[in-house]
Amino acid sequence: MLKLKGLTKRYATGDLALNDIDLDVPAGQVLALIGPSGAGKSTLIRCVNRLVEPTSGSIELDSKDITNVRGGRLRQARRQIGMIFQNYALVERLSVMENVLSGRLAYVGFWRSYFRKFPQSDIQQAFELLERVGLETMLDKRGDALSGGQKQRVGIARALMQNPKLLLVDEPTASLDPKTSRQIMRLICELCQEQNLATIINIHDVALAQQFVHRVVGLRAGEIVYDGAPDGLSPEILTTIYGEEDWSADKHDDDQGASEAKGPDVEAALLGGHP
Amino acid sequence: MSQSPQLLEPRIIAAKSGSWRPKPKISNVTLRWGINAAALVYLVLLYFSVDINWSRVAQGMDRGVAFMGSFLTPDFVSRGGEIAIGLRESLTMTFAATVIGILLAIPVGLGAARNIAPTPVYFFCRAIIALSRTFQEIIIAILFVAMFGFGPLAGVVTLAFATIGFMAKLLAEDIEDAQRDPMEAVRATGASWLQWINYAVQPQVMPRLIGLSLYRLDINFRESAVIGIVGAGGIGATLNTSINRYDYDTSAAVLLVIIGIVLMSEYLSGYVRKWTA
Ligand SMILES: Nc1ncnc2c1ncn2[C@@H]1O[C@H](COP(=O)(O)OP(=O)(O)OP(=O)(O)O)[C@@H](O)[C@H]1O
Ligand SMILES: [Mg+2]
Repeated sequence: MLKLKGLTKRYATGDLALNDIDLDVPAGQVLALIGPSGAGKSTLIRCVNRLVEPTSGSIELDSKDITNVRGGRLRQARRQIGMIFQNYALVERLSVMENVLSGRLAYVGFWRSYFRKFPQSDIQQAFELLERVGLETMLDKRGDALSGGQKQRVGIARALMQNPKLLLVDEPTASLDPKTSRQIMRLICELCQEQNLATIINIHDVALAQQFVHRVVGLRAGEIVYDGAPDGLSPEILTTIYGEEDWSADKHDDDQGASEAKGPDVEAALLGGHP
Repeated sequence: MSQSPQLLEPRIIAAKSGSWRPKPKISNVTLRWGINAAALVYLVLLYFSVDINWSRVAQGMDRGVAFMGSFLTPDFVSRGGEIAIGLRESLTMTFAATVIGILLAIPVGLGAARNIAPTPVYFFCRAIIALSRTFQEIIIAILFVAMFGFGPLAGVVTLAFATIGFMAKLLAEDIEDAQRDPMEAVRATGASWLQWINYAVQPQVMPRLIGLSLYRLDINFRESAVIGIVGAGGIGATLNTSINRYDYDTSAAVLLVIIGIVLMSEYLSGYVRKWTA
């Protein structure tokens, strides 16, 4: 579904944020992108939908090269790529329904969107998605009247409103409590499975990622240093990704109650036991 | 600003024992008192260098008192017709100029916002704003009266022109302060530029835009009284005529009308702002 070849990004400031990244994400796969702060995770997913212009390399979505498309073709590409943000990025003064429907903007003309006259099918879909994320009673609430977890659910509904083929998720749980984080991760992963989406999730919580994703890619200083199964993340590999640290001492106490479900080795390491 | 540890230490010890005062803004004591003394000397010199003609002041006071006194006996009636015509003209001018000015200011404001406009557009729109804001309304009015002749047309053009600079500048600043994340999110959905403005930018700046529009309406009304004096029509012309005739009772009536309308718009804008928050 998504194919990155030799993707490189050097910011105007001179930072080399991505260095020659090759990555292939098939439809239906949920991929976690992990790595220390500044590794280039956000840059990578922003390059994919061209919020950031890559310096070189190519981006192929659904076998179409979108590296250099502009104008209408770029919008066409973007509407196939849903995006979920750490800070939810709702338009706070718009209602929940308007925020969700804004996912359809690339499908309707300006005047329709201006007068909020969306096609009936769009409104039905928006309502179903709100039901799915459990917010159907809040459709007229304003964005700024929601809690963080609720805002993120609206963000998810907005992304899925686009009927995307690819979902880009930038630290969806970083501002949420442990329980809500798990619910949000579960929701994202279930929806991706149902709709057979290719998904890239940037995430700092390794244990949480391991529980839900199919594949983990570790990024360090703009280069891929790990690409494999979630269980394969041994303490040595975590050290390669994040740098030297005593992983066995790193207690993750937000994980009670679900320790059976994840890769035994690393989980044990992270929880303080030794494999 | 870092400070050497020797200087910091006594403060830390004092704070530990519970005594703390904010640090003086200027640490050097002589400099601190020097500045205070300089300010005093400046005031004294100022008094002696400005040549105040006290007898003229006293004479002018009499006229001022007469003028103030006429506020107790304002005369709305004998020139009532002229006041009504001037007032209607001023209100028409004000509304027309505000609406036209705001409609023109919106595209200029969008273009003058650093975060959404391409650089050449940005410089062009900033230039328009600078041009409009450089000159005081009276100067613009004199120019337009020369161009369009006496009367309200010159007034409308003047006020609209001044409104563009004012509104566009403040709108652009508000757009520059808007949250970036939602703007990125809406762009990422594949929305067109206009849709993006409508969904991501407009909701963020609308309350301020409405508040500013009402404020500008208020300013334009007051300005319409001033530019009337240089021939741009409206209630200012009526006021000017009455002052020239030493008909202070009518002048007082005109001023009271202006005060009344400004007060009304004050209450109105307070109400509307609460409603748009
Ligand atoms: N707009 C920018 N201009 C210049 N340099 C940037 C910009 N954005 C990011 N960078 C640099 O690019 C590198 C990668 O940043 P990026 O935001 O992709 O990291 P990240 O992996 O998402 O980090 P985090 O986990 O903290 O979100 C960093 O060195 C950062 O300083
Ligand atoms: Mg990031």
